[in-house]
Amino acid sequence: MSLSKPNTLRSGPDERGRFGIFGGRFVAETLMPLVLDLDKAYAAAKADPAFQAEIDFMQRDYVGRPSPLYLAERLTEHFNGAKIYLKRDELNHTGSHKINNCLGQILLARRMGKTRIIAETGAGQHGVATATVCARFGLPCVIYMGATDIERQKPNVFRMKLLGAEVIPVTSGTGTLKDAMNEALRDWVTNVENTYYLIGTVAGPHPYPAMVRDFQSVIGSETKVQMMEREGRLPDSIVACIGGGSNAMGLFHPFLDDTSVKIYGVEAAGKGIETGEHCASLKGGTPGVLHGNRTYLLQDDDGQIKDGHSISAGLDYPGIGPEHAWLHETGRAEYVSATDKEALEAFQLCSKLEGIIPALEPAHALAFVSKIAPTLPKDHLMVMNMCGRGDKDVFSVADYLGVKL
Amino acid sequence: MTTRLDKRFAALKEEGRAAFVTFITGGDPDFDTSFEVLKGLPAAGADVIELGMPFTDPMADGPAIQASSQRALRNGATMKKTLELVRRFRDGDNETPIVLMGYYNPIYHMGVETFLTRACEAGVDGLIVVDLPPEEDDELCEPAMRAGLNFIRLATPTTDDRRLPAVLANTSGFVYYVSITGITGSASPEARNVADAVARIKRHTPLPVAVGFGIKTPAQAADIARTADGAVVGSAIVDAIAKELDSEGRAKPGAAERVLGFVRSLADGVHKARAAAAE
Ligand SMILES: Cc1ncc(COP(=O)(O)O)c(C=O)c1O
Repeated sequence: MSLSKPNTLRSGPDERGRFGIFGGRFVAETLMPLVLDLDKAYAAAKADPAFQAEIDFMQRDYVGRPSPLYLAERLTEHFNGAKIYLKRDELNHTGSHKINNCLGQILLARRMGKTRIIAETGAGQHGVATATVCARFGLPCVIYMGATDIERQKPNVFRMKLLGAEVIPVTSGTGTLKDAMNEALRDWVTNVENTYYLIGTVAGPHPYPAMVRDFQSVIGSETKVQMMEREGRLPDSIVACIGGGSNAMGLFHPFLDDTSVKIYGVEAAGKGIETGEHCASLKGGTPGVLHGNRTYLLQDDDGQIKDGHSISAGLDYPGIGPEHAWLHETGRAEYVSATDKEALEAFQLCSKLEGIIPALEPAHALAFVSKIAPTLPKDHLMVMNMCGRGDKDVFSVADYLGVKL
Repeated sequence: MTTRLDKRFAALKEEGRAAFVTFITGGDPDFDTSFEVLKGLPAAGADVIELGMPFTDPMADGPAIQASSQRALRNGATMKKTLELVRRFRDGDNETPIVLMGYYNPIYHMGVETFLTRACEAGVDGLIVVDLPPEEDDELCEPAMRAGLNFIRLATPTTDDRRLPAVLANTSGFVYYVSITGITGSASPEARNVADAVARIKRHTPLPVAVGFGIKTPAQAADIARTADGAVVGSAIVDAIAKELDSEGRAKPGAAERVLGFVRSLADGVHKARAAAAE
């Protein structure tokens, strides 16, 4: 921990993997030694300059980083308020921010001598990114995906198979992301010797939330440098959508101590938080324990986990990363929400005005931007994380709009 | 403090036989059938009862127990009703130990202190909470011990000698050895490996060691009972319950009686294991 900056918000988690009361290591005994091993291996890798150099090299030549910070002039004109910058992580290889994390974790898995990779996926973006790095490094890859999600994200399922991954449909529970995560955990418990579980967001037992955040922090670090180059100062606000919260944590973390920067996380309000059909864990949930950590969850009066609903499969998770739960309770970040309908509108607006078809996930962030940007002064600098492109969503959007392809 | 679990294991030791530990999910497939099975377990030969607290996301369980949780929840199971099953059971049986088994969230959601008070009042003897390793002992294990409940920990093939002392430190009642790396109801354990593992755990603790995960037949149960202080059967019993459902998922008439018949056959395996070995 840094002695020069005792008041930093960036030093978490503590040695128990907690951010305040959130986080921790709530896993079965079989997994506990593995989780402790991973913690040690990651700490060692983090301290090794050769590890970071390997990541940097691959980020540049394979992923295509740094991603541009793009001034969205026509959106800015349209909203007639804040100056809107988009952090273009949708230009990354595989089309989203998910590859940042996968690259870090696959290099770690190799260092640990693991020979088999498993992962869960919702929208399929994390599955595709995992299958991609597995192909690149020649490791067998098993992806768990809810049967419901397989149906609504067919192009990504085929992509994963092309990349050589085995995609296992999960029918337990309701066949969505949380069930895929349960099934991946069951696989891990069974294949403890050789298997590395490559979690796709800032959830799971410690050290995953911190580790995934670290690998995604390249988003915020680049943004900081690029904004200084462009505007000579920090942004006034930063905005990102939240499923589990990894693209958001990646953008937010480097800015946590810059108190002049307002931070907004946008959850999926589905059909409206008041309808109960949403995925807004902070706005519509309560603290609980699931998938290895304590955080805000969608649950009923008996502590049973409820299914979320969102037009976006990538946001359809009944929890949220524990560090977000902590940032919410401390008030450092503000969590808001956008409905399916608002996201669909933003999806179309961005396509028409900027020539950028966003993924439905960041379309939620843009929906919030469209609400507050007009109320802000013209010298307000706002950065939104364009964390994924919409190719995967065009079929389901057509469906929603009643267009036959 | 001597608990029902301590007394039961001490008595079995006197008799020179292993405990037959049965698992069913509370409220599976419905409250009344579940109670009928629960009530009949001691007479069918169960020495210790594990009662599952249904949860939507049973991460360490295989298809059989997942399905049992879902059946129970679909038919209105809640934590309160699970405790009510125990309370009613205690009206007719003050000796057979009952251990609640499940996941932390429904307990956390009820509130740890409220849960412990209600569990003690209902007549619960111990808790097995799968997703609470010793690293999280201040959450529930320590308060449960203060409330007079046994906290039974799982030891697994990945729990090595360095880690065992931490796992055993706050364990009481008995140690539950998970005989395979995996989920409930999957591969069956090798009796030989189990014997070695039990011996290893016993070098670290005087507590009885019960073995579970993957025991499906009377013969397998007997095998385990020769070397361990107890054999736990769960998925196989839960599967027997699943077979008693009609096309609409309701229990057929006489379901509980037939399930208990299967339990009796397993119990015979366990109870005769050492006698047979001695002959
Ligand atoms: C493009 C995109 N954005 C966001 C998410 C949500 O994940 P997270 O909140 O971890 O960034 C996903 C998940 O699949 C995604 O594909």
